[in-house]
Amino acid sequence: MSNLVFVRVEWVILIPLGAAAVLALLPGYRLTARLNVAAAFLTLLAALSLLFTPHPTAGTYLLVDDLNVVFIALNTFIGFTTSVFSASYVGHEIEIGRLTPTYLRFYHAMYQLLMCAMNVALVANNIGLMWVAIECATLTTILMVGIYRTHEALEAAWKYFILGSVGIALALFGTILVYVAAQPVIGEGVQAMVWTRLVNEAARFDPALLNVAFIFLLLGYGTKVGLAPLHAWLPDAHAEGPTPISAVLSGLLLNVALYAVLRFKMLMAANLAAAAPGPLMVTLGLASLIFGAFMLYRRRDIKRLFAYSSIEHMGIITFAFGMGGPLANFAGLLHMTMHSLTKSGIFFAVGHVAQAKGTQRIADIGGLTETHPWLGWSLVAGVVAIAGLPPLGIFMSEFLMVSSTFARAPLLAVLLVFGLLVAFGALVLRLNGIAFGEPRGQNHPVKASYVPQFAHLALVLAAGLYLPPQLVAWFQHVSRLLG
Amino acid sequence: MPNLPFDTAHLLAGGLVLMSFTLLYQDRLYSLLNIYALHALVLALSVAWQANIQDAPHLYVTAGLALGFKAIIIPLALRRIIERLGIHREIETVVGIGPTMLAGMALVALSMVVMLRVTSAAAPIAREDLAFALAVVLLGLLMMVTRRNAVSQVVGFMSLENGLILAASGAKGMPLVVEISVAFSVLIAFIVIGIFLFRIRERFDTVDLAALDQFRGERR
Repeated sequence: MSNLVFVRVEWVILIPLGAAAVLALLPGYRLTARLNVAAAFLTLLAALSLLFTPHPTAGTYLLVDDLNVVFIALNTFIGFTTSVFSASYVGHEIEIGRLTPTYLRFYHAMYQLLMCAMNVALVANNIGLMWVAIECATLTTILMVGIYRTHEALEAAWKYFILGSVGIALALFGTILVYVAAQPVIGEGVQAMVWTRLVNEAARFDPALLNVAFIFLLLGYGTKVGLAPLHAWLPDAHAEGPTPISAVLSGLLLNVALYAVLRFKMLMAANLAAAAPGPLMVTLGLASLIFGAFMLYRRRDIKRLFAYSSIEHMGIITFAFGMGGPLANFAGLLHMTMHSLTKSGIFFAVGHVAQAKGTQRIADIGGLTETHPWLGWSLVAGVVAIAGLPPLGIFMSEFLMVSSTFARAPLLAVLLVFGLLVAFGALVLRLNGIAFGEPRGQNHPVKASYVPQFAHLALVLAAGLYLPPQLVAWFQHVSRLLG
Repeated sequence: MPNLPFDTAHLLAGGLVLMSFTLLYQDRLYSLLNIYALHALVLALSVAWQANIQDAPHLYVTAGLALGFKAIIIPLALRRIIERLGIHREIETVVGIGPTMLAGMALVALSMVVMLRVTSAAAPIAREDLAFALAVVLLGLLMMVTRRNAVSQVVGFMSLENGLILAASGAKGMPLVVEISVAFSVLIAFIVIGIFLFRIRERFDTVDLAALDQFRGERR
């Protein structure tokens, strides 16, 4: 393996890190917003270069394999489109005086730091490093959620801080237990925390210790995934922070936490004597799906509505990975990709809607397709996609999931379909009030950038109509890896 | 011949659990901070002892961090914040002291049962440390749940984190312990001291979270 290739892995970490330092120093929001976009674009290029080059050999700290390349590509792509959306979003926030230039400088630096932390978590081959990175990502998002400094934003950030810290604390305890399990087999030192070593030797670990470790890890990282009943921070954090952060939280950070759970699930699967991790994940996933679906009905805040929808979808994805097997894993991966694209696209639209209407209350938003046709219809398209209607991508992944579950566990499939239908009903009901009927509420002019959300929707539509065979082969390969 | 390394490690880890219990029944903020400083001191001693018996000099860094940052700087800073902001000196609890102590005992028993059973293959010192560490973690969680005001919740979180450092230092030869303790210190310093209490003070007259809870989700 040449040295050159290895350098590229580090680019996805170093570019955002350097950008964070630069953005923290530069004044002037027009310039920094553009630099933010440029840095995110460069990171995307670095990530794409990983896709098309052979994987470097796994190091002690960094790893690129077929699984995390998918996550990195998705992460950097949405990171880039969100930065484009963010540029027009913060422009408006500065105009109406909700953000001051100093806070904006801080915001941009934190945005890049968050991208850096998430990329580190994804390429980490060391379970300790992965933990540090996810902690760091949590820290930056807490600070960004509180950035408006209103009552609500502070309470949301505080709640997120308390629950997020408890989550990462539990995850650390699980990480330590994995090390204790590995140490008699692999020996002391860094090697007993290297994921590739752990997976190879996992068959000889003490199964009882691994079981306890996995429970801590699942609950710990599960808090960050937003699984019920550990989800309480998620709706508040989504509703009170700046909308680009809601998009990144829903589209990316939840995935990164789920990725950590998946890595440990693979570890458990490698030990035949350890308990199967699947049933735990299936239970948590179904609970989140059904809970999230029912909670959709009584939402009065538009960002909270979609935050609960994220809980619901993370539940579906966790359920799919918990079921395991090539087909369910395939559906899980596809659903994860589609959900990230659609949900961040919806948040792009919602961000501008909230700016145009001057409020996030659903009661004060109505008839959007008449007053703001572009915004209104793109929101409609996003909600249709997230509700799982054909021909969009989410329909396909949900269909795959339901059919594969019916073949193996019909009872679970009934619950799954029930949750999906409940959520569908709630979304259609709300969408009707928001997008159609008599226009309600104020109307402010807003300079929206439609490119990111249309790009996301186009990808979701394309995936629903036609999945390129290369992509299918890739996902199938990764599904087999996941076991 | 008594096994000195083991007994001392046991004593110090047990001392940390005892300190966690002491934290549970404090009803004044200043005494809470004093006990927390002791908590951190016991942690520092425990980690330093582990550094000694494992012959792992890097653990002294963690011990030093626990002593300097957690046992001295943080309590002093929190004390200043309490004075500056004129926070209520009494701690409001959600559940009474009695039930909390009983729950704490149950949690310690639980962690002993769970950890001693599953770690039969591990080294004795690591076993004891892990069992005590889990007890400290759970007691810290209990404290965060049963306290109303922000400062005591933060103290609960910091005691929980001390339990994690104990576990990490007890696992022989575990890498990244120093990095992890630094990461935690950064988390605490950044959020708690620098930003949060300051910001909360900007907007509210109290750091009592009950005042924050006026805003209840979506009832506007």
